[in-house]
Amino acid sequence: MTTSMNNMDLHDLGVAELAAQLAAGTVSSVEVTQHFLNRMAQHSGLGAFLAVDADVSLAQAKAADARLAAGERTPLLGVPLAHKDVFVTRDFPTTAGSKMLENYRSPFDATVVSRLGVQAGGAGMVTLGKLNCDEFAMGSGNENSAYKPVQNPWDTSRVPGGSSGGSAAAVAARLVPAATGTDTGGSIRQPASLTGITGIKPTYGRCSRYGMVAFASSLDQAGPMARSALDCALLLSAMAGPDPDRDSTSLDLPAFDYAADLIAASPARTGEQPLKGLRIGIPKEWMTGTWNREEAGQVTKKGASIDVFNAVYAALREFEKLGAKLVTITLPLTELSIPVYYVIAPAEASSNLSRFDGVRYGHRAAQYTDLTDMYKKSRSEGFGDEATRRIMIGTYVLSHGYYDAYYLKAQKIRRLIAQDFQTAFTQCDVIAGPVSPTVAWKIGEKGDDPVASYLADIYTLSSSLAGLPGMSVPAGFGAGGMPVGLQLIGNYFKEAQLLGAAHQFQLATDWHQKAPGVSA
Amino acid sequence: MSKDQKSLLVQGYEVVIGFETHTQLTTQSKIFSRASTSFGAEPNTNASAVDFALPGALPVMNKGAVQRAIEFGLAVNAHIAEKSIFARKNYFYPDLPKGYQISQFEIPVVQGGVVEFFLEGEKKSVRLVRAHLEEDAGKSLHEDFIGMSGIDLNRAGTPLLEIVTEPDMRSTAEAVAYAKELHKIVTWIGICDGNMQEGSFRCDANVSVRKPGQPLGTRREIKNLNSFKFMQQAMDYEVRWQIEQIEDGHEIQQATVLFDPDTGETRSMRSKEDAADYRYFPDPDLPPLVIGRDWVEKTRSEMSELPRVMAARFMTGYGLSEYDAGQLTQSKATAAYFEAVAAASKSPKLASNWIMGEVSKWLNAVEDCTFEEFTELVPARNLAALIVRITDNTISNSAGKTVFTELTQAPGTMFDTALAYVDSIIDAKGLKQMNDTGELEAIIDGVLAANAKNVEEVKAGNAKAFNALVGQAMKATKGKANPAQVNELLKKKLG
Repeated sequence: MTTSMNNMDLHDLGVAELAAQLAAGTVSSVEVTQHFLNRMAQHSGLGAFLAVDADVSLAQAKAADARLAAGERTPLLGVPLAHKDVFVTRDFPTTAGSKMLENYRSPFDATVVSRLGVQAGGAGMVTLGKLNCDEFAMGSGNENSAYKPVQNPWDTSRVPGGSSGGSAAAVAARLVPAATGTDTGGSIRQPASLTGITGIKPTYGRCSRYGMVAFASSLDQAGPMARSALDCALLLSAMAGPDPDRDSTSLDLPAFDYAADLIAASPARTGEQPLKGLRIGIPKEWMTGTWNREEAGQVTKKGASIDVFNAVYAALREFEKLGAKLVTITLPLTELSIPVYYVIAPAEASSNLSRFDGVRYGHRAAQYTDLTDMYKKSRSEGFGDEATRRIMIGTYVLSHGYYDAYYLKAQKIRRLIAQDFQTAFTQCDVIAGPVSPTVAWKIGEKGDDPVASYLADIYTLSSSLAGLPGMSVPAGFGAGGMPVGLQLIGNYFKEAQLLGAAHQFQLATDWHQKAPGVSA
Repeated sequence: MSKDQKSLLVQGYEVVIGFETHTQLTTQSKIFSRASTSFGAEPNTNASAVDFALPGALPVMNKGAVQRAIEFGLAVNAHIAEKSIFARKNYFYPDLPKGYQISQFEIPVVQGGVVEFFLEGEKKSVRLVRAHLEEDAGKSLHEDFIGMSGIDLNRAGTPLLEIVTEPDMRSTAEAVAYAKELHKIVTWIGICDGNMQEGSFRCDANVSVRKPGQPLGTRREIKNLNSFKFMQQAMDYEVRWQIEQIEDGHEIQQATVLFDPDTGETRSMRSKEDAADYRYFPDPDLPPLVIGRDWVEKTRSEMSELPRVMAARFMTGYGLSEYDAGQLTQSKATAAYFEAVAAASKSPKLASNWIMGEVSKWLNAVEDCTFEEFTELVPARNLAALIVRITDNTISNSAGKTVFTELTQAPGTMFDTALAYVDSIIDAKGLKQMNDTGELEAIIDGVLAANAKNVEEVKAGNAKAFNALVGQAMKATKGKANPAQVNELLKKKLG
């Protein structure tokens, strides 16, 4: 077969471009898959993958090629991707980044996995492997993986963010054209921001949670991570949709072709100002550093750093040029989102992780004296520090006598936070701000200070608690030449609006096309 | 125990009992998964990813279980919550695969309600606190599996409706009567198969004692009472034990106890100190259970007539007493039999008397005969024919009992009609009443002549002497005379 493509450049293509090549027949899914497998092997030092199985991936690619040969032309057919290791898969082990599930193999695929996959009814994407993540998706630096940390391809001494750190690093380093991620308190948006890629967390319930190893059930949500808003739109169109027989919390909203919506919208938005009429709300609390406050004689800095602000402001000016109008809004309870989240998420986690008891599957201690000892030893050995910490916090806040003061109070404030967003959305269409207060930090830098990590979630937690869709869009670079993401938050079910705004921004800028200088 | 319910004290103590009953609902599949609920399958074959609590598996509500909860709520006149909440009850146990049980805690689906029944002729009513939906746990198999216990998750996720009463019962007999009534209701409406051996209807009894007028005593909970007989024995033992403890100067400690049918004793499983903190919180995997009024009304319109509604109709429609109506609505079969006999005989009152009298006496005497089997032996038309022959004075009531005994021998299907069958028995046994006044007058004259002393006394106003004459006359006719006719003739002659 003659190809017009130089295979060495395949990894520079995004999802839409690869799909076009596959549809045109200039390259086969097997070739594309083999190319990415080679590249993954070359860059295995990044630590992005927890499971790779070339035979499985190539067999899936052959199946996709057979569908292509039969004349099928669907938007994702034959394009490879990789899944965060919290999605259970039949064809690969699923560990959730935990020793607890070492070698665990699920008898079924997650709904998101089967909707994207090559089997009948799936979108036809080939799975390249399973991506590293923080243990049970708990963390913001991917340093809580029980197996290995993930390196940021922009600077391998730095974290890629978390918990979907493997997904972000693999997409940024062009080891995969796209990946799935999950976002509970920012786990798609923050690593996307820290690695210069595009990621969207849809409205809670838009993607089925069936087959996602649960962390905090009322917050967990799957979403795509790729290089552009268009690629994310392509993936989300396949991932989203109701799953009433398997996930009671999935939204009863039909699937939607977000990519077609972007492309269809573009010609209509001609001229210099395609975003004319879009009101972008800037929460005053997010941009003025009002969280610098004195505690016990020490000034604790809670606002974003200046390099992040500069990139965010520059991006906002770009949006103004595209016709958007910036309005100041207020989200007064933002600061409370940290304690509220770190009560509710651990509470749910403490219960969700109870099933890992060593009885039916997963890690069981080699030796124990009785049932209680078996539980204690198996769980102490199987869970890492952060998972253990959150189980303990969660158990505490649900305990008799503390429930009202912690869990119930947190739920009340959660509702108030959601109300504040609704008030804000009367004044604006989307909300914009930073994703992370800083660029990616050095591996090991936050050491043994979990609270420092928790505080860095300030910009992502409130919209997670409200269940709103949010995304991170590459917006330039900050300190150390590290990427900075712009966060866009939309109202419920407004993924198309978010993707549309990001798409217009990406047509006007090239931040999302910058690649880290990983040796090829 | 004393029949006087008002002063039902045991050694000066008042007994206070409340019940919690786990009724297994008759759905084909589990409450949150599609696995089958059938009993007796090979271990772990009726269990899905949800029941094994595999990573990523999520619960999805079985509407059939909700439907049955609504039916129960309507049957006991309870409030059906428009919005109820599933909660997680967290604890570790090998047969609890998720490490929590999905139940309802703060807001149950069925709220309030009342169960009414008769105990030794006295009407009782026990208030319900609530009934909530929850999933059953699996089973630990303690036979040896290479030195370990086995776990069978077939039962895990089986839908249960837990029905909780106020501590309204004041005797162990009343508590058993409540359990029987509840059993009747859930089987009548078909939400539970009522099979107590297989654990479909399991009762926990909260028992305490106190001196009359004192605040409630400390209760002990007897778990898993799965027969009415054991229930009675266990509670009687528990009451005696608690009174002994108090009389000996010990305080009752709150505890959960098990009844051992072999020893007839209860023994403590765990004390209050061991009580777990279940860390209940709303299950984020399940949205609130919303039940619209239309669903409730549709259910109400499609439900078969409830026992208490049927009983009320028996009272107004057939003129039965509340007690009789309650007795006849003990089961659908009894009620249907009564209605058929009443209609065919046109004598509802006699139909009621016969079913509650001779029929029930016969059923008690004959072992292992269900009411359904009885109705095959004595179809409603046969009993109705018997009643017709009593009401038309062909036979006396006492002769009727003889006929009834014959009827229980065979259904008499070779006869063209039930009346022909009954008449053939009356003829064969010579039970026909003496309705010829001439013959009877002659016999009565003879009796009067032979009992001159009694005649004197009757004339002197002695009523007893009159009754003796009636007796003599009946004896002389070998019971074939109609007693009313004998009375009438005697009065006329002694007039």
